[in-house]
Amino acid sequence: MKQLLILGAGTAGTMVANRLNHLLDSDEWKITIVDQHETHYYQPGFLFIPFGMYSKNDVMKPKRDFIPAGVEMIMSPIELIEPEHNRVRIQKDGRYLNYDFLVIATGTGTRPEETPGLAEHEWYNSIYDFYTIEGALALAKHLRTWQGGRLALNIVDTPIKCPVAPLEFIMLADWFFYEQGIRDRVDLTLVTPLPGAFTKPVASKHLGNILEQKGIKVVPEFLIEHVDPDAKKLVSYDEKEIEYDLLVTVPLNKGSDVIARSEMGNELNYIPVDKHTFLSPKYPNIFVLGDAADVPTSKAGSVAHFAVDCFSENFLRYIDGLEMLPTFDGHANCFIESGFGKGLLIDFNYDVEPLPGRYPLPGVGPFKLLQESEMNHWGKMMFRWMYWNILLKGQELPLPARMSMAGKWK
Amino acid sequence: MATRVIAGKTVQVNDEGFLTEPGEWTREIGQVLAQEEGVGELTDAHWKVIDFCRQDAKDSGKAPTLRRITGAAGVSTKDMFKLFPKGPAKKVARISGLGKPEGCV
Repeated sequence: MKQLLILGAGTAGTMVANRLNHLLDSDEWKITIVDQHETHYYQPGFLFIPFGMYSKNDVMKPKRDFIPAGVEMIMSPIELIEPEHNRVRIQKDGRYLNYDFLVIATGTGTRPEETPGLAEHEWYNSIYDFYTIEGALALAKHLRTWQGGRLALNIVDTPIKCPVAPLEFIMLADWFFYEQGIRDRVDLTLVTPLPGAFTKPVASKHLGNILEQKGIKVVPEFLIEHVDPDAKKLVSYDEKEIEYDLLVTVPLNKGSDVIARSEMGNELNYIPVDKHTFLSPKYPNIFVLGDAADVPTSKAGSVAHFAVDCFSENFLRYIDGLEMLPTFDGHANCFIESGFGKGLLIDFNYDVEPLPGRYPLPGVGPFKLLQESEMNHWGKMMFRWMYWNILLKGQELPLPARMSMAGKWK
Repeated sequence: MATRVIAGKTVQVNDEGFLTEPGEWTREIGQVLAQEEGVGELTDAHWKVIDFCRQDAKDSGKAPTLRRITGAAGVSTKDMFKLFPKGPAKKVARISGLGKPEGCV
């Protein structure tokens, strides 16, 4: 029996478990997946919680519901990966799990404690995050009675999970305060270390224009050094200051501490891998999928999905002794909620930045790329059902894993 | 790909003015790019960072991020902003003849 060990039962890990359970011969392979948390959160849904659009129950289900029979699931924190010995030590009973092949899918998470002043006495008082269930729920409660003032949304550093979520948050906030009848009493500012609203030039310009039309200010190139929670201001490394009444932070994102303990990652605990195959350049039996990988594409579920598509086919080649094909092209696509029942969609990869056009059918759509439409909003709303019922279970979507230029224009 | 002459040498650059061939870079080019970036005359403190970035890019194949530089070169983030004001990682990458740092996707 060959042993395939998967670390992490989040979006990437769960999809891999389902896909490989289907593709590998169960007489020859044993698949084990390890995770320490019982609950699977639909993370794209966190965005809607502060505005009362989703509740807690909309975004959580037991992880076990998505792990197929035949795959062994172990609930335990992971202590150490020992790639030299092809084994992983877990906390539960101090057990060692041996493997022939290892897939690391331990993800990334927010670290508010890494920015002085952030997670101190004003945390969940005048400072909130929305990338955790706790933060999203606490912020929802705060916004219900907030009377207005200066709302600053600050991205601490990049890369972050779902890089469009901060933009969506601030556009939804614009809509929310309009509906509450207090938009004229709210000052909305996006404070970002990037040179503009988004990382890639064409999208940054389009999105920057939309923000401007909505009366949302953007303060670019602001790298935060600390927060003064009493004076309520953000201070940058080059000593610029921004005052706020309500701070919504996107804290520093970092990979799992087990990666640091195992000395396998970079300074943010992301693991270097080949960006087309996800194979570690150091260990020929270790792959890294999802947010844990140090690859220059977005940290997002859609990327993990396309990545798992490419990886699964390649893994079958690899175990048969064939060369892997450099199939993964960095493909990402993301719906961007822009408020007032509309949304945008972007589709891009390592080489092609988000461009205007139609998707998935060239010229037809129904979705519009890089333009607002109601259909895009409904696409995003439908996506939650697709996530739980199709994507996580590793079923195929009728969308090609590799990006296509058809239907896009410059 | 566009070319331009910097410090008497023809080099290849991309549309954002980053050198595309690190091998074409010279210290004189670094000084000219530093002037263009508003950094001014390069001091030993600047060169320590530039030399680190050149070496790190050679080893890893990509320009280091700010966090990588401060973690591994022994320079604080605050000092990086003093040495290379506004967007230090991007500035030092351009002055060092490297591509734009990735990781901001």
